[in-house]
Amino acid sequence: MAIEKRVRFRSWWLPWVLIAPQMAVILVFFFWPAGQAIYQSVLQQDAFGTSVEFVGLENFTRLYNDETYLASFKTTALFSVLVAASGLSIALLLAVMADRVVRGATVYKTLLIWPYAVAPAVAGVLWLFMFAPSVGIVSYALRAMGIEWNHLLNGNHAMTLIVMAAVWKQISYNFLFFLAGLQSIPKSLIEAAAIDGASPWHRFWTIVFPLLSPTTFFLLVINIVYAFFDTFAIVDAATQGGPGKDTAILVYKVYYDGFKALDLGGSASQSVVLMVIVIALTVVQFRYVEKKVQY
Amino acid sequence: MIERRPALTVLSHLVLALGVLVVMFPVYVTFIASTQTSQQIITQVPMSLAPGSNMLETYRVALFGGETTYGSKVPPVASMLWVSFVTAMTIAIGKIAISLLSAFAFVYFRFPGRSLCFWMIFVTLMLPVEVRISPTYAVVSNLGMLNTYAGLTVPLIASATATFLFRQFFLTVPDELVEAARIDGAGPMRFFKDVLVPLSMTSVAALFVIQFIYGWNQYLWPLLVTTDESMAPVVMGIKRMISGGDAQNEWNVVMATAILAMLPPAAVVLLMQRWFVKGLVDAEK
Repeated sequence: MAIEKRVRFRSWWLPWVLIAPQMAVILVFFFWPAGQAIYQSVLQQDAFGTSVEFVGLENFTRLYNDETYLASFKTTALFSVLVAASGLSIALLLAVMADRVVRGATVYKTLLIWPYAVAPAVAGVLWLFMFAPSVGIVSYALRAMGIEWNHLLNGNHAMTLIVMAAVWKQISYNFLFFLAGLQSIPKSLIEAAAIDGASPWHRFWTIVFPLLSPTTFFLLVINIVYAFFDTFAIVDAATQGGPGKDTAILVYKVYYDGFKALDLGGSASQSVVLMVIVIALTVVQFRYVEKKVQY
Repeated sequence: MIERRPALTVLSHLVLALGVLVVMFPVYVTFIASTQTSQQIITQVPMSLAPGSNMLETYRVALFGGETTYGSKVPPVASMLWVSFVTAMTIAIGKIAISLLSAFAFVYFRFPGRSLCFWMIFVTLMLPVEVRISPTYAVVSNLGMLNTYAGLTVPLIASATATFLFRQFFLTVPDELVEAARIDGAGPMRFFKDVLVPLSMTSVAALFVIQFIYGWNQYLWPLLVTTDESMAPVVMGIKRMISGGDAQNEWNVVMATAILAMLPPAAVVLLMQRWFVKGLVDAEK
């Protein structure tokens, strides 16, 4: 906290009363459960809660040796790379185009931003319906083109389905940030390049894209966080981790192991691993934010 | 516009129109499906892309529940919408209220442990519900808050983002206002209520949009803490309706529910678009 107010109020009790609600909520619902997660992650408990045993890091080594967990890690990595890459490139293309056009720009913007409001679970259901093997309209079209679409049997199809739903929902967010980033690039730079005879294509890759890199990097982190944590509902609604475990991303596995398979210790150690991932991503993001201030 | 390139302008419009089409298409299909009967959807593949004639009936069944033409029972969506609405409003207003108060304390007072508390709030950014589901569930169940509005909302109400946003804004409020208030004999709470909160209204509106959508779209948390059907928000209820196979689902009712679940947050985004964009960009700073 570098900046401070010069003028302050004096009271020894009032500030405590003011922060009490916030602190109460975070102590009871954040720190206590997070501590519990770490505590449970070193315990082995049976499903009925009758016996508890201290097992140290065994839950973690078990995770490390668990092939389904490693597979889930790979699934999550693939999923988040696909979501981030396609989401960012589509949104960037649209934002560059929207930044160019003068007429109708606000209309396009309005029509593109509202999927932000759609719940991930609803997005999952919408795409599920279009791609439903027997009644879906897109799966029918694919069949007519000779592609036998069935995400209930084919893991690649299932992965494609959740990637499309996740990207569709996230495009508006990426689009807004890219558009804001594009509009903050000084027009004089681009005009100077145009006078020097650089083509629009050339200008984009040598001027616009490098100047946009802070926005791109920020969105990359945000999109990975989104793919890791906010897509649970899409997966649960569209594929439920199936077929087999082909779309069981990490968050889905934490839920499944903790609430369906009732392996509390295993689920808690997975939670701890996830916390480490979030903390790493947050640190990356904030180091970048500090750099941006000097930019 | 740097230079005239008509071909490029046409291309831009084409790309944008295509983008809008792709973005709108799933919703169009959903709407069309909600105006047909479930037999039409199942027997006539591909379904027609023109509106059917069953719209009123579908929405009546979806909203108030009851028997469908198939004879299966459908739970009423109207009560789910109400649960979603109460949840989203409580989360949005609660977050804004407690964040305003704590940001006020952090900026305008100096007290022991201030930076520790600030740091603690900061850390909560790193603990989304998704990574601490089972222990948080245990806490809520021990407090007897399962199947209650309190259980649905209170654990989601702490917000580091909103606290930072208000703190950032309060730091830009000129000190002269505090001095003037003091000379006029106003105490800290009077200053907060009559000067600071009215000045913050733009940020409040921006945050309201984002937090309302956040609250409305919650899925995993309600899935854990509500077992009672009467406490299920609509986003979760829709998932329950598609538990059957492709052919058994009442797709028209499911799609009507999807439209109903989308309308309120989409309306909030579109009506408050200006604040929404500002809030998104500010909140991530």
